[in-house]
Amino acid sequence: MTDHLLFSNIDEPGLRTIDVYERRGGYGSLRKALATPREELIETLKGSGLRGRGGAGFPMGLKASFLPKGDMQKYVVVNADESEPGTFKDRELMQKNPHQLIEGIVIAAYAVDATISFIYIRGEYVHQADVLEAAIAEAYERGYLGENVLGSGFTLSLAVHRGAGAYICGEETGLLDSLEGKRGNPRLKPPFPANQGLFQGPTLINNVETLSTLPHIVELGSERYAEIGVQNSAGTKLISVSGQVRNPGNFEIELGMSSREIIFGLAGGTFEGREIKLWFPGGSSSPVLTKDDLDLPYDFDTMAKAGTMLGSGAIIVVDDSTSVVDVALKVATFYAHESCGKCTPCREGTSWTRKMLTRVKDGSATPMDLDIMASVQERIIGNCLCVLGDAMAMPIGSMIAKFRGEFEDHIERVRAEQERAILAGVSG
Amino acid sequence: MAIDPTDVPRFAHGSRIPGWDESADLEKSPLEVPDPATTHVPDDLRAEIEAHVAKYPPDHSRSATIPALWAIQRRYGWCTPEGIEQAACVLRLTPAELSAVATFYDMLDTSPTERNRVYVCTNISCSLRGADELLETFREHAEGEPDVHVRGFECLGACDIAPMASVNGTYVGPLDADDVPTLLRQLRDGEEPLPEKQLARRPSADPKAREPQS
Ligand SMILES: Cc1cc2nc3c(=O)[nH]c(=O)nc-3n(C[C@H](O)[C@H](O)[C@H](O)COP(=O)(O)O)c2cc1C
Ligand code: SF4
Ligand code: FES
Repeated sequence: MTDHLLFSNIDEPGLRTIDVYERRGGYGSLRKALATPREELIETLKGSGLRGRGGAGFPMGLKASFLPKGDMQKYVVVNADESEPGTFKDRELMQKNPHQLIEGIVIAAYAVDATISFIYIRGEYVHQADVLEAAIAEAYERGYLGENVLGSGFTLSLAVHRGAGAYICGEETGLLDSLEGKRGNPRLKPPFPANQGLFQGPTLINNVETLSTLPHIVELGSERYAEIGVQNSAGTKLISVSGQVRNPGNFEIELGMSSREIIFGLAGGTFEGREIKLWFPGGSSSPVLTKDDLDLPYDFDTMAKAGTMLGSGAIIVVDDSTSVVDVALKVATFYAHESCGKCTPCREGTSWTRKMLTRVKDGSATPMDLDIMASVQERIIGNCLCVLGDAMAMPIGSMIAKFRGEFEDHIERVRAEQERAILAGVSG
Repeated sequence: MAIDPTDVPRFAHGSRIPGWDESADLEKSPLEVPDPATTHVPDDLRAEIEAHVAKYPPDHSRSATIPALWAIQRRYGWCTPEGIEQAACVLRLTPAELSAVATFYDMLDTSPTERNRVYVCTNISCSLRGADELLETFREHAEGEPDVHVRGFECLGACDIAPMASVNGTYVGPLDADDVPTLLRQLRDGEEPLPEKQLARRPSADPKAREPQS
């Protein structure tokens, strides 16, 4: 069984043009899908076991089946905001194989009977947005988009919407508000977007990688796709590996591969003489693991059992030359900056955590501050409108729990150094 | 007239609501939709904004807010109060609605900014490979450069080329200290930034991504 679907020969010259994509058999799955009744197509998506690749891992086919049937205007929105630190897979997919994504969008829109679709791409991805716009124009020209797609009677419009720099617009309801021309504040759920999403209409929101997988599922059929990977984690997944490894980059793996093989086999492992101190298995929002966890298979269930999550599939490796205090401070600073400010536990909790960690770093904290900080994390979790607050609380909480000794040593050491410096100043 | 943040003590302890302390033009009413009869909008700007409006369903022209602000920023260098007024006039929104959006997003500037924007990523993966030092080097070298705005930025989604920067939207990396003066010279001379380090030209790291699969 192949372990390369999405990335198969992705560096082929000219792949981003429709001619090369078609020559490789591109848009064949769309023809097949359009000849399939909608209900059957949704069953195929369900049966494939595909889980969302954007972070939450929700079964894709099930989500598609939640959209109401009937005549109302429905929408498909593609989440191309990709701003979870450590994640850069959608970028490579869009830049090198935009038609694979477009084909997936048309298949999804046909399945849920949506006629208007948007790609919400983060504003920083200028080049990728240009590539997508060019590819969309080609797809319109060849009749894969627009009125009466390939003579099937199905109609779909697709446009690129560029964001302007805000992590919270990756959260699906913040994204919808942003797409409606407002500040990107998340909405209260329920109602979920499947019932009331864009412009209050039923909306299917999926990640770029999720939708790029659809042509392969339609081509292989749900059974053959479901055979790839392990139980509850079907298929291949793009993993972004970054941080202190020799060969950072995106790698497509069959889910269930050993984490050690990803980090050491594919990404080249740590630098000479270094050991792994900790790693984030699913972006900076995931609770950290240590070198003792390297033999865990990389799949949704195993990561959940280990108390963390597969998230967006972004592994960030931190070696023993780096202080855990610096890592925690970076993480907290990011979330404090990106909190939209709507709910108190998140707005204040992220900001106070950042301040407490600054005191830890400069040696003015006490070990009791570590307890306060840990309790702040507990009070954020589950008490916010969206999970951005949790996204800081979980990794910070895990770092305090697993590396408490190092935090305390750091405080002690800095304080001792400062005392020595003062004494040296007095005597000198 | 800008709001003085120290006059608004509510969040002075440091937590942040994006844009709460950013400048607003308090001399004009933010609550009125600008009158087309008295608001001059350049024809090409109007055409550009209207082309964006056409991408959204009828009755949802407000969706063109971010695209319109991008158009303003490209034209005037930043989201000027006059520009916001003009965009509001075309979109039939109030200037307050537009500046509320402009202040929310990191890439939209609501105060005068140098023409060349250099965003140096200082998030986790880049900082693990020297991004904080790189930002310092950039700041030192850019001092006195009239047309360059250097700032630290959150993860730009290119941690594979860490430490990296976005130079007017073009991604370059991995960068070392020697690249900084070269890059600043290229900006001064209007050349492409570090062609051999551009992300767009980089092959995939996945060894199997280069061979056809059966
Ligand atoms: C703070 C926050 C940021 C998120 N950022 C992204 C993102 O950048 N890209 C993405 O696809 N999903 C992101 N998500 C997840 C989305 O809310 C949503 O679950 C996802 O787009 C659904 O698509 P999927 O089912 O295909 O994964 C984020 C969620 C939260 C709470
Ligand atoms: S949890 Fe944070 S980011 Fe999410 S809505 Fe609340 S304040 Fe905004
Ligand atoms: S951390 Fe710098 S690009 Fe992701």
